[in-house]
Amino acid sequence: MAIAIALIFIVIASIAFHYYSPWWLTPAASNWGEIDDAFTLTLIITGAFFVVINLLIAWIVIRYRHKPGRKSTYQPDNKKLEAWLIGLTAIGIVALLAPGLVVYGKFVNVPDEAQLIEVVGEQWKWSFRFPGKDNQLGQSGIQFVTPTNPLGLDPDDPASADDRIVLSPELHLPLFTSFKVLLRSKDVLHDFNVPQFRAKMDLVPGTITYFWFTPTQRGTFDILCAELCGIGHFNMRGRVVVEDDATFGVWLASQPTFADSQQPQATSSITNLVELGKTLSEVNGCIACHSLDGKPGVGPTWLGLYGKTERMSDDAEVVVDDAYLRTAILNAGAEVVKGYPAIMPVYQFSDQEVEALIAYIKAVSAP
Amino acid sequence: MSNYSTSHSSNSDDHPQSFWTKYVWSQDHKVIAIQYSLTAIFMGLIALVLSWLMRLQLGFPGQFEFIDVNTYYQAMTLHGMIMVVYLLTALFLGGFGNYLIPLMVGARDMVFPFLNMLSYWFYLLASLILIASFFVTGGPTGAGWTLYPPQAIMPGTPGTDWGIVLMLVSLAVFIVAATMGGLNYVTTVLQARTEGMTLLRMPLTVWGIFTASIMALLAFPALLVSAIMMLFDKLLGSSFFMPAVISMGQQTDYGGGSPILFQHLFWFFGHPEVYIVALPAFGIVSDLISIHARKNIFGYKMMVWAILGIAALSFIVWAHHMYVSGMNPYFGFFFATTTLVIAVPTAIKVYNWLFTLWRGDIHLNLPMLFALAFMSSFVIGGLTGLFLGNVVVDIPLSDTYFVIAHFHMVMGVSPILVIFGGIYHWYPKVTGKMLNEPLGHLHFWITFLGTYAIYFPMHYLGILGMPRRYYAYDDYSFIPESAQSLNAFITIAALIVGAAQLVFIFNLFWSYLKGKQATGNPWQATSLEWQTPDTPPKHGNWGSAVPVVYRWAYDFSVPGCDEDYIPQNSPPNNQPPNNQPSDMQPPNANEAADPSSANDLRSDSDEA
Repeated sequence: MAIAIALIFIVIASIAFHYYSPWWLTPAASNWGEIDDAFTLTLIITGAFFVVINLLIAWIVIRYRHKPGRKSTYQPDNKKLEAWLIGLTAIGIVALLAPGLVVYGKFVNVPDEAQLIEVVGEQWKWSFRFPGKDNQLGQSGIQFVTPTNPLGLDPDDPASADDRIVLSPELHLPLFTSFKVLLRSKDVLHDFNVPQFRAKMDLVPGTITYFWFTPTQRGTFDILCAELCGIGHFNMRGRVVVEDDATFGVWLASQPTFADSQQPQATSSITNLVELGKTLSEVNGCIACHSLDGKPGVGPTWLGLYGKTERMSDDAEVVVDDAYLRTAILNAGAEVVKGYPAIMPVYQFSDQEVEALIAYIKAVSAP
Repeated sequence: MSNYSTSHSSNSDDHPQSFWTKYVWSQDHKVIAIQYSLTAIFMGLIALVLSWLMRLQLGFPGQFEFIDVNTYYQAMTLHGMIMVVYLLTALFLGGFGNYLIPLMVGARDMVFPFLNMLSYWFYLLASLILIASFFVTGGPTGAGWTLYPPQAIMPGTPGTDWGIVLMLVSLAVFIVAATMGGLNYVTTVLQARTEGMTLLRMPLTVWGIFTASIMALLAFPALLVSAIMMLFDKLLGSSFFMPAVISMGQQTDYGGGSPILFQHLFWFFGHPEVYIVALPAFGIVSDLISIHARKNIFGYKMMVWAILGIAALSFIVWAHHMYVSGMNPYFGFFFATTTLVIAVPTAIKVYNWLFTLWRGDIHLNLPMLFALAFMSSFVIGGLTGLFLGNVVVDIPLSDTYFVIAHFHMVMGVSPILVIFGGIYHWYPKVTGKMLNEPLGHLHFWITFLGTYAIYFPMHYLGILGMPRRYYAYDDYSFIPESAQSLNAFITIAALIVGAAQLVFIFNLFWSYLKGKQATGNPWQATSLEWQTPDTPPKHGNWGSAVPVVYRWAYDFSVPGCDEDYIPQNSPPNNQPPNNQPSDMQPPNANEAADPSSANDLRSDSDEA
């Protein structure tokens, strides 16, 4: 009897939970809001089954529980009943599958007018690339990747020159324009996921994958990686800012082209070292592993770092000063803080960039 | 059908055995089954503790300094792998399968007893190799139980020094064990059934485990080859799965391989694997429901066909785990269709369990309670599968907590409930003692209600969009504070449910020493394992004469019969079986109240 009451309670509690739950679909900000319709249809059909079957079990237990003198009915099968049930279930399955596949058909068919944008993922940051006026993305490849060409564009391909390179993890997009998002990884599997856009797809090294969508809401949306990519997976973050055409155009024009990025940097125009350091830390993915607020992460936090006495993996105690930071930035494997993995990538920065990073670390050490 | 007898003499008492050959190097399927079961439960307890580490971090982020990023991902990986392979597969096939198959088909032992013994020791070796990965440099692998390359063998993932190597070697050794076991179970069912035991008279427990064993023989090779190929990539620098990649800022020597190839191979194994776990559970629960409702299973033949249909279909749905993998998107149409089609035979089983209970005489003892709890949790687990199988609905839900809630319900809750139900059910036969009932009820209620409390709300975190395999969630604009509170609630529930399992473990050992003495057939069941002359059964199972079978396994509440059950080896035409009163009147020629269908089941023309 208690089990029957428990099952009825579960049904009531589940329905109540569903209605009172603050945890529900994040409002869709793309054309793929229609996936939510397929989702809702599935919820209604499966929800009905859930309620009916649980209540049936409860009722059957109450009605047919053992009492002295009770004897069960002998009924090996009922072919007609089975046939009806198979038929009705099949209809239910088709009712779920057909609308889902119709929407999926749209999902796999990229509209002709979709604009190209490339997302490049690596452990543990996002970068982006827009084709330039030629509307063509330049060829790329792992073999071309260098510290000054982090997205690995082929410098000899004329189509590369006018591509807009965005190394900071903030992507801007214009409202109501369809995009075919090309996905490329430099190392391991990642997945470009903005929950409000609904569509997502893995990045697979060695190949280029894609999905398409149209942003339909203004706003700033989190980018999350949705395929385990190592210990920085949970912190591989970015933002998508959806704005009107004019604002987007201004933003895009301010992004360097590939040709620009291949010129040697003019050093005199940069006056604020701390600002430069901040940009570098975002653009190179430092902040994926080093937090600024003391939270534990893949690498030591920068809060309170400058001037601290660190214990290294060989138990030596070292004060964090300029010289220490220079080594840590350029030759991270030489000495590792105790308790942290030796996985910091190899970076090549100019002297000024190293100074900028040290200045920034000093600034955030004691805000 | 052959009347198979092993080379051991049928009277076990004149076979001198030392402690070592009787309890350690035993070739008796019952001893091997217990060895498998105890090892599997031990591994399961390790995985349970690992789950607590994860939940502590998720519920109370940053509060436990020793649960750092590496530890979290390592715990996550080992928890998953141990639970799926080393606990569930080993316990259902090696534990339940080994114990029950020979008894239920009327054989004296498995057809290859030495191979059976070897399979256990290989399983133990595989488990020890996996445990060893905790103690090597770098610790165990943290690549996720799916072990996807390239990250599984690249720095940036914990355990890429030795942990991943030991994991892959351990899996290969396990697959050797599983292959030995699978050959045994399949051959025994096909060749060693006793006289009168046609295939269509076997209990559904045997059908479930038998079918799962066939699937294991066909599916595990895909995992074996992918493990070997990944070992080659890691140790020899080959590039089966490794394209040209940058690793930590440096170019590597890899090139030309395909990460998606690994996923196809892994899931070609991985999907049948979940049915290798589910089908024995389906079979066992059918018998639990039937016996404890004193009613034949409804639609036995259809249940058999459903098991076989699910098994066959399970080999053509695998890429529903890969909808967002970057594979050719058009594959999604095919796999979504096959995945939703597999829901039909599964639904039939649910209906038939319902109809078995309907108009039954339901005894609400512990095995029945667990069976009912299974039905409820399996319904919700299976239904959420329909969301994930429908390709376009899966895309936003993929890699979120919705997936985790789904697979824990169908793999972690439902089959585990059946395992508990099965243990409460067969414990008297295995040990001669009854498990303590009040402790059992305490265990049942906390487990049943607790697992609902853990996994039902979790679906909503997934619907919200919370990604899985995240160590922490800092300042995401779309995740409200309340989600963190929910995570804390789920953690508390998980710890309580975990503690309840210790009650069960205690009961297992305490009842063995101090439990109430059991009779040979305390549930008054019909299947052969309950008709042994001794309880626990002695070596050789049947004493001087193997049983002869005259009827299917579900003659409960047969009209015209005073007793509400007729054992399978009970002859027709007024000859009482072993201990029945001689004035019992079984129906003539096994007629039943529904002649049109009953005759199909029990006519002598049924061929094995």
